[in-house]
Amino acid sequence: MATTQLAEDLPGICVDDHGSAIGMPQLCADWVPNQIFWLVITLVVIFFILSRIALPRIASVVAERTGTITNDIAAAEELKRQAGEAEKDYDRALADARAQAQAIGQQTRDDIKAQLDTAVADADAKIAAKTAESEAAIDEIRASSVANIEIVAKDTALAIVAALGATADQETVSRAVDSRMKG
Amino acid sequence: MATETAHGAEMADHGAGQAEQASGLVFHPMDQFIVKPLFGHGDVGMFTITNVTLWLGLAILAIFALMVLGTSRRAIVPSRSQSVAELAYGFIYKMIEDVTGKDGLRYFPYIMTLFMFIVTANFLGLVPMSFTTTSHFAVTIVLALAVFLTVTILGFVKNGPSFLSLFWVSSAPLALRPILAIIEIISYFVRPVSHSIRLAGNVMAGHAVLKVFAGFAAVAAVSPLTIVAITAIYGLEVLVAFIQAYVFTILTCVYLKDALHPHH
Repeated sequence: MATTQLAEDLPGICVDDHGSAIGMPQLCADWVPNQIFWLVITLVVIFFILSRIALPRIASVVAERTGTITNDIAAAEELKRQAGEAEKDYDRALADARAQAQAIGQQTRDDIKAQLDTAVADADAKIAAKTAESEAAIDEIRASSVANIEIVAKDTALAIVAALGATADQETVSRAVDSRMKG
Repeated sequence: MATETAHGAEMADHGAGQAEQASGLVFHPMDQFIVKPLFGHGDVGMFTITNVTLWLGLAILAIFALMVLGTSRRAIVPSRSQSVAELAYGFIYKMIEDVTGKDGLRYFPYIMTLFMFIVTANFLGLVPMSFTTTSHFAVTIVLALAVFLTVTILGFVKNGPSFLSLFWVSSAPLALRPILAIIEIISYFVRPVSHSIRLAGNVMAGHAVLKVFAGFAAVAAVSPLTIVAITAIYGLEVLVAFIQAYVFTILTCVYLKDALHPHH
């Protein structure tokens, strides 16, 4: 109260007539209560703003974000695992299909080979039959030709003997031709 | 050099008000720290609404805008203002966790209040024509004393008389311990002084230097140089505004650690 009275009487202890500071305004005791009063109010207000509204809100946002990130990473891990499994399945199916294809190919090859073998055997049998038939025919032809040649030779020999002026009975000529043809 | 000139000009001012106006060089580097009523021209009482009230109120509004309005969307992917708010949150949270330990996190809102107030007030003080609340010892001493008293009381409440082992350096040779104890006790009680003067002194000095250079700008021959210098010092002040808030906060964390774990 005393200082207030003094300040009213004088232009001010800390400010001169021109409104300039005398010395350091920081050391002016007149202003200290005012500054402290408003500072304490300010600090209390800031404290309540921060502790009641701002800090819990930021904490929850940060926690939520951390949770979201953790969940997303877990989900990504799960998806990655599934993708790996799918790839494994795919590989297995591919290998199966390949093996099956090989088996089918092999079977087909075997079937074709068997058919081919049968066909070749058939053909061989047919060829053998045909050959035998032909040989028989050839033998027959040969036999008949030999008989014909005998007749022709006997006739020719008889005719030649007759032409030479000798008489020859048929029996003798025939015997002579037979013995000649055997020899 | 500059401050000496400023001092000279001030002396001249007190000597003869007229002579100063004639010379053209006017230095009033400390006038920016004058506390004056916002309405009328009366004296400054305890409850008078002054420029202190205005700039403290603006600090509250700025903090409210950043920390409450900025985070109002609660977005998982944050907007710019929400990013800054979360950055400040994470910065102080990590600092307490690193310096004080997990059990210091109980005091997170208090330390956050200190940091947000100092950093906001420092930056508001960099607005041209503004009043810098943190340049006054009255303000910083309240902050430092609050920390000092809280830490001391907390130390005794948490640890009982064994809090005094803070001063008994058991790792030193026995003969040295009493001497060290005296030094430790002195340094402990000097803490609030250094804690508060560091902040107000840095802020005040920077602002006064800016004003001195601004006074030189009236002389045409050196004004381009002066303006470059003001720009450079302003950049430095931006740095100081943050660093001093950081230093004040981290020292608070260190003192809190002493209260929670006093044994060396």
